Amino acid sequence: MLRGVALQLVRAVAVVFGVVSLTFLLLHLAPGDPAARLLGPAATAEQIDLARHSMGLDRPLPAQYLDWLGRTARGDFGVSIAQGRPVASLLSEAWPATALLVTLSLALSYLLGIAIGAWQANLRRRGLDGAISGVTVALTAMPGYWLGLVLVMVFTYRLELLPAFGARGLDADFLAPWPRLLDRLRHLALPLLTLTLIGLGGVARYVRASLRHLRDAPFMTVARAKGLSRRRVIVRHQLRNGLIPVITLLGLSLPALFSGTVFVEAIFAWPGVGQVLVQAVQGRDYPVVMAAATVSAVLVVLGNLLAEVLVGFVDPRTRDDRVAH
Amino acid sequence: MIVLRTERGRWHDGRARIGLAILGVIVLLALLAPVIAPEHSLAEHSIVATRFLAPFTRDGDGVFHLLGTDRLGRDVWGRLLHGGRVSLSVGVLTMVLSLLIGVVVGAVAGLAKRGVALLLLGLTDFALGVPRVVLLLLLASLWPPSAVQVVLVLGLTGWMPIARLVHAETRAQLNRPYVEGAFALGARRRRVLFRHILPHAAPPVLAALALGIGNAITLEAGLSFLGLGVQPPAASWGSLIASGRDTVVNAPWVGLAPGIALVLVVLGCTLIADVVGEQE
Repeated sequence: MLRGVALQLVRAVAVVFGVVSLTFLLLHLAPGDPAARLLGPAATAEQIDLARHSMGLDRPLPAQYLDWLGRTARGDFGVSIAQGRPVASLLSEAWPATALLVTLSLALSYLLGIAIGAWQANLRRRGLDGAISGVTVALTAMPGYWLGLVLVMVFTYRLELLPAFGARGLDADFLAPWPRLLDRLRHLALPLLTLTLIGLGGVARYVRASLRHLRDAPFMTVARAKGLSRRRVIVRHQLRNGLIPVITLLGLSLPALFSGTVFVEAIFAWPGVGQVLVQAVQGRDYPVVMAAATVSAVLVVLGNLLAEVLVGFVDPRTRDDRVAH
Repeated sequence: MIVLRTERGRWHDGRARIGLAILGVIVLLALLAPVIAPEHSLAEHSIVATRFLAPFTRDGDGVFHLLGTDRLGRDVWGRLLHGGRVSLSVGVLTMVLSLLIGVVVGAVAGLAKRGVALLLLGLTDFALGVPRVVLLLLLASLWPPSAVQVVLVLGLTGWMPIARLVHAETRAQLNRPYVEGAFALGARRRRVLFRHILPHAAPPVLAALALGIGNAITLEAGLSFLGLGVQPPAASWGSLIASGRDTVVNAPWVGLAPGIALVLVVLGCTLIADVVGEQE
């Protein structure tokens, strides 16, 4: 397994390096001068020259590239054009909100998805199975920004139950600890529900297919013949074998989940990396966009790496390279 | 088509029929959009008199609005059909580009020497690791967004699954007796590729294509929703959903209709991909 992980690590570093290089390339390929873009239309020629010099834009391209790599490695992403603050501090304020949303929705959608998929795989009633499949496939087809909009229509405007915007109410600072927690949870509800629902469908479909395949496997028949309870057969034998590809799916679904988060944060004005990214793009605040691109590439790559290690943990066969499989 | 001839049984699957029916109707409606909803019917009339009409109502001039009107009094049904032309074109063009790149990269990686193959597979892995939305947003911040840019970027970031499938199929087919036989008869690599290898790769590639079209349409809609995709006056389903965002309270149909259309298309693609991609 160690060799596998080392290989993955090399690949991860290569991807991050590639993304950082790509952002550099795109920045210099884009029409217009980065210094002029940084200063805006009101800048004079002298100001632009000065900025070009201080940004190192008058140096040869290879030197600039090395400088770019070095600064990225140190986490120095420059200063936001729109806010005049270091990009690094902007992002470090935003990432906990995204991490909270992503982790919770990932956990919820996988728990619920696995439960629904496992239940469906062992259903004998074909009609019910088909009906649930219809719902899960519809969920996978739904874009997060639209589902979010529909949920806002229902829960905010029709039922007037949940807030649609932000992470906390305007009066949050003046609330006692418990009401304040409730306020946070109420704000979390709709974005979390949106991300969970769109993730859940795919997981349930995948688990159902994976477990359905195993339903009549010889080891399942043996487990049933031993007189094990239905639940034990499913949990200990079917799930343990059927979930290995699901963990790989977890790693692979991270880029999609991050994409979904970008749109969902934009809809619900959730103060995370996605919202920072979208606002930066709309304001052409490119140092922020570059940094967010790099950070998200790192996150996605780390997720894949984690999935690789998890698979090794669950399936001992993949740990030892000598065992043929 | 090869697939249809040899895999006829698959099209009798209920899911495939539903998927094809959904896509067929929507594509037909989009193609006929200029006939069903001519340009002049989309023009703004008297805004105050015709805005926010509910679905299934007639306006003052007796014009029937199947899906109601938006805040400028434009017919939602007509806008939906014309938006469908944009969204579907983006999806199809994107996947044509992805198919071309994917087949070339996959086939070359499968047939070429080890060094070239490793390089191409490494490139595929790298491209799979780059978050697509982030790249799209990055480009949108550097270049003014346009339909061409969206198609190019989505196409250039969507070929990897196809390349992997074609590569795997090529490697698997190379050891088959009939491929060896073809080479022994003096067939060139290109002929073997087109006559023997690619037809075998067709079903999984077709499944990947169907999923890819759905994905591309959703992503483009997402970008347009943020105002970074296809630019006005053209409007894709994403722009229409965005225009319905401000009117969720008094005119929910403006945002609901394009969203449902989008979900139906992706659903149709997924159902077809399910059936075509299933292994015997």
